[in-house]
Amino acid sequence: MSQKKPEKLIDEKDIRYDGRKLNELRPVKIEVGILGNADGSAYIEQGKNRILAAVYGPREIHPKHQALPDRAALRCRYHMAPFSVQERKSPAPSRREVEISKVMREALEPSVFTEYYPRTAIDLFVEVLQADGGTRCAGITVASLALADAGIPMRDLVSACAAGKVEGRIVLDLNDVEDKYSDGADMPMAYMPNLNAITLLQMDGMLTAEEFEQALNLGVEGCKQISQIQKDAVRAKYVTAKETAPEKEEDEGDKEANE
Amino acid sequence: MPIFHERRQLVTPGDLLAENDYMSGENTYKENGKIYATRVGLFDHDEKRIFVVALKSFYLPMVGDTIIGKVQEVTLGGWIVNIRAPYVAMLRASDALERPVRPQRDDLPALFDVGDMMIAKIVACDRTRDPLLTVLERGLGKVTRGQTLEITPTKIPRVIGKKGSMITAIKNETGCQVIIGQNGRIVVSGKTPEDERLAIMAIRMIEQEAHTTGLTDRVTEMLRKEKGEKPVKEVTENVAKET
Repeated sequence: MSQKKPEKLIDEKDIRYDGRKLNELRPVKIEVGILGNADGSAYIEQGKNRILAAVYGPREIHPKHQALPDRAALRCRYHMAPFSVQERKSPAPSRREVEISKVMREALEPSVFTEYYPRTAIDLFVEVLQADGGTRCAGITVASLALADAGIPMRDLVSACAAGKVEGRIVLDLNDVEDKYSDGADMPMAYMPNLNAITLLQMDGMLTAEEFEQALNLGVEGCKQISQIQKDAVRAKYVTAKETAPEKEEDEGDKEANE
Repeated sequence: MPIFHERRQLVTPGDLLAENDYMSGENTYKENGKIYATRVGLFDHDEKRIFVVALKSFYLPMVGDTIIGKVQEVTLGGWIVNIRAPYVAMLRASDALERPVRPQRDDLPALFDVGDMMIAKIVACDRTRDPLLTVLERGLGKVTRGQTLEITPTKIPRVIGKKGSMITAIKNETGCQVIIGQNGRIVVSGKTPEDERLAIMAIRMIEQEAHTTGLTDRVTEMLRKEKGEKPVKEVTENVAKET
């Protein structure tokens, strides 16, 4: 899987080098509740990104001095597997990973009712198995689902998505190549669709005020699309629960459903 | 006063459930006159309240709950007990002995040792302190026999059933004693391991099919079927062993 810079990232017909339109997301596939030993978990494939998230808690906090008297401490670890990128990455947390852990925590914390569980910890682990740009956004999306799967009360699901500028055009959901080889901009954002609130907004590169607004609106649209996929993923886990809900008595056969 | 979902419809956190005149019930919150869900669950409502029956949650200690705990540590003045909640509970020696405690003389591990299970009641619990337990009431104390199993605490009401119908059915059909802790731990003790196995099977079945109706009848039916088949199976197995 060697990476070369394509001649052109966007062709004359406004098609990107991987075949997407300017405002098109990469294909997203999400599964909820796939780890037996975690309290909540989820897995996402977004383009070539593959990310696992696991949630434990709320549980007793260790070390004790990290406990907050008025709310739960949300502890987040974003980590990339050594084999997740082209050149082996050292498994030790890098400066970048520590930073992303912090931003992810801050993007998710507004969605969680941490004040319900003072003096406890909610531990969140996001493991990137394969990276292809936009992992922090996919990480937030999947982490939010893992929190919901753990049965932790939340104000809203958080969905995240990037928008940016590639060869002078505003595009949605940049992948690694587009991010690396264009001198444009990359703007990841996280969004709570039902509350219409942005919980993360970062940018590197340069955008004019108009471009910024355009990118922001495009990004929010992307987040809304992802939000729908998130909800479908949660439903898929409980689909039998929903179908057997009506008052009728059911035969055996549709036993599975939730655990 | 609009409602945006049908009863028993699956909702996810953040889903707008209703507006205005309703009160926000379990697993929901109200903001600017709008009620949203906080957990994945099944939507439901009555005349006044909007609520969500969570599909998965964890136990939160409440004063007065009877729970089944596991001793995690024995300290000088009492025990630290795991109650399957975000907080560990304390059982003080004075809440286990009906007389003044003499730390040097009383042998606390003889009462409860690490790993022992106990049926206890929560006597105090708030935001600032860890829950306190007592075992001094009738029906409380050490679990001396039987098997324990764990289920999601949200499904406890289903295991008990309307006016205890489900639990009575299990008890009658299997002849087991079944003690249910509010924290999702259940102790099953019967005359034979086979009886216990049946009771556990029934509880697992309830857990799996908690959302369906007519479950009590189906559980009874399943137990009767299992009981009917079992002797036949055992006989054939024994024959196979002997030959």
